[in-house]
Amino acid sequence: MLANQIGYYSLILGLISSIIIIPISLKNYPHNNETIDRKIFSLSFFQFFFVLVSFIGLVFSFINSDFGNETVYNNSHTTKPLFYKISGTWGNHEGSLLLWLLVLTFFIFLFLVKSKSQPKKYRILTLLFQQTIIIGFFIFVLKTSNPFNYLFPTPKEGMGLNPILQDPALAIHPPILYLGFVGSSVIFSSSLAAVVQGYISKSWANHIKIWILISWFFLTIGILLGSIWAYYELGWGGFWFWDPVENVSLMPWLSLTALLHCILVLEKKTILTSWTIILSISTFVLSVSGTFLVRSGILNSVHTFANDPERGLFILFFLFFLIFLALIVFFMFHKNGNHETVKINFLSKETSILINNWFMMYFLSVVLIGTLYPIFLEVLTNEKISVGPPFYNKLILPFLVPFLIFMTFVPYLKWIKSEFNKIKIDIILLFILSFIVSILLFKQFGFESLMISILIPFTFYLFLITAKDLLSKNKKNFSQKVSHFGFSFLVLSILLNSIFSSEIIINLKEGERFSFQGGTITFHSLEENNGKNYKSIIGNFEIYDDKNQSIKLMPELRIYNQPSIVTSEADIKTTLFYDKFLVMNSVKNNEYFNVRYQVKSFMIWIWISTLILALGGFLSFTKRLYEK
Amino acid sequence: MYGKKVKLRILFLFLVITTLVLSIYLILKSLEENVVYFLSPTEIRNLAEIKEEKIRIGGMVKNQSIIINSNEINFIITDLKNEINVSYSGSIPNLFSEGKGVVAEGYLRDRNFLSATKILAKHDENYMPPEVKEALGDK
Repeated sequence: MLANQIGYYSLILGLISSIIIIPISLKNYPHNNETIDRKIFSLSFFQFFFVLVSFIGLVFSFINSDFGNETVYNNSHTTKPLFYKISGTWGNHEGSLLLWLLVLTFFIFLFLVKSKSQPKKYRILTLLFQQTIIIGFFIFVLKTSNPFNYLFPTPKEGMGLNPILQDPALAIHPPILYLGFVGSSVIFSSSLAAVVQGYISKSWANHIKIWILISWFFLTIGILLGSIWAYYELGWGGFWFWDPVENVSLMPWLSLTALLHCILVLEKKTILTSWTIILSISTFVLSVSGTFLVRSGILNSVHTFANDPERGLFILFFLFFLIFLALIVFFMFHKNGNHETVKINFLSKETSILINNWFMMYFLSVVLIGTLYPIFLEVLTNEKISVGPPFYNKLILPFLVPFLIFMTFVPYLKWIKSEFNKIKIDIILLFILSFIVSILLFKQFGFESLMISILIPFTFYLFLITAKDLLSKNKKNFSQKVSHFGFSFLVLSILLNSIFSSEIIINLKEGERFSFQGGTITFHSLEENNGKNYKSIIGNFEIYDDKNQSIKLMPELRIYNQPSIVTSEADIKTTLFYDKFLVMNSVKNNEYFNVRYQVKSFMIWIWISTLILALGGFLSFTKRLYEK
Repeated sequence: MYGKKVKLRILFLFLVITTLVLSIYLILKSLEENVVYFLSPTEIRNLAEIKEEKIRIGGMVKNQSIIINSNEINFIITDLKNEINVSYSGSIPNLFSEGKGVVAEGYLRDRNFLSATKILAKHDENYMPPEVKEALGDK
């Protein structure tokens, strides 16, 4: 009970800090001295501290199973393992918003401390914009989603956490993803502040790049974790489903990736200023819209949870307010005049980064329209539709070919102007090699679609080229090489995965055997077991493949006590080249089990290559810290 | 010199606008071809004609309607006013059970029969498809 009260009042103190910081900053703003008032630092720290205390208060309420707290009651249970009691803190709407706030206040404090070499007015303005966002979130949390609501009389037992969320990957997925989302708020505030100050410049680009890298890194890892979770816990047996909830995390990622490339240009030359600002704004707006779409229950998605529409309305208003604010600042203060007059050659890094941005924007608009169109249609005509993978495949795959070709050659271009005079022999050799490999693959296996047959050689080529760059002695732009290698590796893994994977779905009774083209599946027996807050049924399966090698797979069904939900835990045997994936589902009161057996090729490479992609961002970040 | 710059600007703008128009046209066109409409059993009963396109049907799995054999699952989706038979072979989500909400995607054979290619269930034990909620509320 005590933790709960401390948490609540601490949260209010956090809001009060915001209200005090704003007038002090305004007072400090016109002074011409170069240092920020110490009071602002302390207040900003206290604000973070208050929210931290509040957050820890909520964590304590969860650990102690204080069911007098409504959030704990709705999302926890005494028999839940300690780890999931803690992760349950942010596994729900109220707690996850408190986490948003925590990261928001932490990041602005960090920004203040780490930006000492920047102009004072710019820093104060960033703080002010950020405080506007923070106040919005404070009001949102306190008004519509207070995590510290009382319940009286105190219930004896809680409702439990949705078992599919009781999973290690998903326990850390929200905090990591939020670090990415909220990091984009700092970029948003600082770009607005820089616009007001006319400070969109090389040194600004150099300083904000670190925040872009942080957000990008965490967003990438956050999406990866969610994807891995969907693979083994939902039993869907894949890594991406174009589900709206996945799409809303991909959209800020695309925008942020475009920004990451764009800022490289701005770092070198004062061009593309408006575009950089637009990208900074849109990344954050997309992050907030993502939260809005997921939390409002508007999305017709397979993994939205029951929600409250009022909350959606608040975020929607807040969103419009932010967009409005950003537009006003942009049109009132942004002067396009201070461009350097440089001639831009068509064969230069600048143009190619612009082309990269076009592709990113195209992919972004495909995802955006595919995600939003069903919502608009339902509002306008009351018709319900869904947009599935064929839509995205059809629109994205053809454009991937020129994109990959660009990506192969662009890193060889120089700033301002380059010429293709030295075409090296190894580049041609690699090109021939990748075509030969593709033709051999095609002869051996035959690809289903024309599009994939075209994509394969170019992906191979990009892969070989990026691998060559990565291994070359020249360590210039090493982090970029790592990321580009990771990306080409990812595309390659995805393609090979889609070509070589196979699946069998059947209904089996205990003791039955099923033969198919690639081997046999035998369902030997069922075992029962008891976990801490669930009972499990384990199936013993033996699978012979066409080479007569056998493996044993033991998928599990978990019947949780509270809430009483059955989840299926897939059994996955991972090897270097393929995953063997078996999941079973039961239907109530029926002796048949629905069994799905998949051989997923190169699954582990999809995860590893995404990690390499993210690692590039991390390296670039640490390198900058080291250089400072 | 100045003229060249203006020319470049115009070329650039022209490129931007063409790509924009082209991509929006492409997106909208493939949207038209690839959307899946979501209907309730009652709406299917009232359909004027049955088209050869993929649809989704939402409702509740009728009690005691699930029949399973080794390669097929048959069940009935109801919105408590009308029903539709579904035949399906494929993997089922673990929240699929009688009396719970379900979404089936597939092709209509006639007004009473859907041959499904995918079954989705919401990941929330309290979830009810809106149609079912409405139908229950009407009672």
